[in-house]
Amino acid sequence: MSVVLDRLRERFPADVVSTHSDFGDDTALVRRERIVEILTFLRDDPEMLFDFAMDLTGVDYLGEEPRFEVVYHLYSLEKKRRVRIKVRLHEADPVIDTAVPVWPGINWYEREAWDMYGIVFHGHPNLKRILLYEAFEGHPLRKDYPKAKRQPTIGPEE
Amino acid sequence: MAVRRDKDGAPGYALTTLESLIAWGRKYSLYPFTFATACCGIEVMGAFGTHYDLSRFGAEVVRFSPRQADVLLVAGTINYKMAPVLKRIYDQMLEPKWVISMGACACSGGFYNNYTVLQGIDKILPVDVYIPGCPPNPEGIIDAVVRIQKIIETGAPRAAERWPIK
Repeated sequence: MSVVLDRLRERFPADVVSTHSDFGDDTALVRRERIVEILTFLRDDPEMLFDFAMDLTGVDYLGEEPRFEVVYHLYSLEKKRRVRIKVRLHEADPVIDTAVPVWPGINWYEREAWDMYGIVFHGHPNLKRILLYEAFEGHPLRKDYPKAKRQPTIGPEE
Repeated sequence: MAVRRDKDGAPGYALTTLESLIAWGRKYSLYPFTFATACCGIEVMGAFGTHYDLSRFGAEVVRFSPRQADVLLVAGTINYKMAPVLKRIYDQMLEPKWVISMGACACSGGFYNNYTVLQGIDKILPVDVYIPGCPPNPEGIIDAVVRIQKIIETGAPRAAERWPIK
């Protein structure tokens, strides 16, 4: 197993649900309750130093429960390593704490995940749609979004 | 129009109506506003270029200000976020104005049958001439301009006069 995942399991034994390193890609599935602590540890620990949040996105596993998943892709410029952190969220309560205090650049990724999947990031400074417009109804990357649904057309902004 | 001739056969003067004189002037001085959002815009550039030379039809002066244009040439995909911008530009154009919808995307959404693309610009503005194809070739644009000239020449009602279609 990898250094990163070993340290993570050692530090958060109750929160890491499972880990794997398929094809050399370190992945950890964690619980959402202490996600900010976990991410801060990954950023600040001298063995980790994941200073670059490359991506955050959502996944919709329609028909499974928990339905949604938030995926963090982190990279360490110092150690030249990557890690993926995954969190599963229930459909009835798709809320997770924001990672903006940890990496300010993750702001827009979280807005995109809200826009497309309806995942709520608790404590986000400006959680509003980023790709679509405010009058848009629904979250189009959810798998149960009707393909032929038409949206309201908006007039010129005053 | 009638041409009167003198006794020796030389033409004297012509009788016409003021409307047809104005229409004749309008017909050969169309100012297109090119609203190019996608690949169709490249075909428009081709039509204005040396090989096809849309200038031959009097549609020479492309204006990128709606206040100086009378033909709106919508070339490319219009999505829901772009729709209000297009509508505002159309509203700012001076009367009388005509609209050409170019290509499958502008006419009907094309193959973008999805949540972001407006399924045809005729949902928001009156279209006079549709150019089918993906992409239409420059001959199609020339054909559309000639059709607009026909509308002006014959005094046929513009789409804006039949708008909105109930």
